[in-house]
Amino acid sequence: MEYLIIIISAVFVNNIVLSQFLGICPFLGVSNKVGTATGMSAAVVFVITLSTLVTYLLHYYVLVPLGIEFMMTIVFILVIAALVQMVEIILKKISPSLYQALGIFLPLITTNCTVLGVAINVVTKEFTFGGEAHLLNLGETVVYAASSAVGFGVAMILFAGIREQLELVGVPNAFKGIPIALITAGILAMAFMGFSGLV
Amino acid sequence: MSVCLTLVCLFCAALLGGVYVLTLDKINQEAVKKTNNAIALVTPEFDNEPSSESQTVSLDGEDITVYPAKKGGETVGYAVESFTSKGFSGTINIMVGFDMDGNIVGTSVISHAETPGLGAKMTEPAFYSQFEGKNPASFRLSVTKDGGDVDAITASTITSRAFCDAVDRAYRAFQKIVNDNSK
Amino acid sequence: MSKLSIITNGIIKSNPTFILVLGMCPTLGTTTSAINGLGMGLATTFVLILSNVFISLFAKMIPDKVRIPSYIVIIASFVTVLQLLMQAYVPDLYASLGLFIPLIVVNCIILGRAEAFANKNTPGDSALDGIGIGLGFTIALTVIGLVRELLGSLSLFGFKLAEGDGILAFVLAPGAFLVLGYLMVIFRKLTSKKA
Repeated sequence: MEYLIIIISAVFVNNIVLSQFLGICPFLGVSNKVGTATGMSAAVVFVITLSTLVTYLLHYYVLVPLGIEFMMTIVFILVIAALVQMVEIILKKISPSLYQALGIFLPLITTNCTVLGVAINVVTKEFTFGGEAHLLNLGETVVYAASSAVGFGVAMILFAGIREQLELVGVPNAFKGIPIALITAGILAMAFMGFSGLV
Repeated sequence: MSVCLTLVCLFCAALLGGVYVLTLDKINQEAVKKTNNAIALVTPEFDNEPSSESQTVSLDGEDITVYPAKKGGETVGYAVESFTSKGFSGTINIMVGFDMDGNIVGTSVISHAETPGLGAKMTEPAFYSQFEGKNPASFRLSVTKDGGDVDAITASTITSRAFCDAVDRAYRAFQKIVNDNSK
Repeated sequence: MSKLSIITNGIIKSNPTFILVLGMCPTLGTTTSAINGLGMGLATTFVLILSNVFISLFAKMIPDKVRIPSYIVIIASFVTVLQLLMQAYVPDLYASLGLFIPLIVVNCIILGRAEAFANKNTPGDSALDGIGIGLGFTIALTVIGLVRELLGSLSLFGFKLAEGDGILAFVLAPGAFLVLGYLMVIFRKLTSKKA
């Protein structure tokens, strides 16, 4: 039951893009086509789940015992960068077709702040999922990380769908490109606000 | 190549270690200062050093720190460092001050992670001033929606309920400490 | 390029927010009030100047292959230095900016300037570039914060201008997108007339 609340909360209510403002760059940058948006989302789900798991373990079994939590930012970003590189190499070896589909998105993910954001969030922020506020345990961390990434995907694919339609509409010159995309995102965010109170 | 990367890492590690050591004291001092400020905000005038005379009360299995405010050697009130885990996002820590009759002198939020523009409005006087001078013995510490006397923040009932929960916890800790000390 | 034009370039022609559209996450996430926007802008400027200077100093010594990892390590160190300093001297601002301070590491503006400017210019010019881009970013964030604070909570820099609650949506997520979108349009109009 609690896992279900985490999933709904992370995907809809506290959507990582539309209410926490993480991962805006890819959200605006690679959302022109539904196809690319889907590819990017799949790569993000994969990397976030994996990297959050690794950084979570690293934080509680290395940084905390050594008393060097302040090194968190630097350690996490290095782990993420290394992990992305590793995933790229492994994928190339064992599944060339998957590599073809996700490969071009992988290098972009290192600087996608959702990855670092979720990794830092799960070890520093207390969450309230219907019950008492608490730091997440390992199971909740994995579920939370995966569903945050799915939330990113949902927002991304919905937005790409809207933008494909937007291409066909006449828009004043000054609004073309990013500004109209931002305004669209604002309206989408307003729609997602309707989910608040659900959990 | 790897030598170079190692050198960069070593340089950065040294820099970080240095700054960490330099700022460690200051960061701890700031935390103490914050507690002292909060105590001063919520208690009647005092001339002792409440933070050095703190006591802990055990309530519902949690330890709560209580700071006595004394004037001329006589206790004039208590500041209770209370918390609630019922907030909208994360724990809310507040300092609640009482005079010896159990009237709330003031409240001050120490740390929270509520939404700006919504729950974060609990740090504005429009909300917290309604607790001042009230005695929880007669003032019902729950929002009007739940049959209490507290006007909730618009669209932030969860935060308002949590705030009441924290004040209530503080009141119970206050009663306990007064009881213990009078024995 | 003259020294002054390096700075103005960052504020107008390649304004990181309105023209280059970089570093959108903190731009939207921290601008709930003018003070927060200003704080975030200055924090980013601090890291940007230091990382620009150091990267241009070391650029020749770092082999091309490990360039990006080295840059990330350098940037991440300065961000951590900033985190510690902010915790020590401005704890309240640090608490309200929260997650977005460590996330300066992955702010594309900083790595972008390292690649595009700092590794082929002198440390002095790189510092100026850092100041210019940083100022451009700070101004943009402050303006967005100003508009959102004014509409959302009817106050300016924390001073209440009128009683009442304002339009809540502007403090929350949708307002951030809308305000930035419209400000970008205005900025484009103004700068295109000049040119």
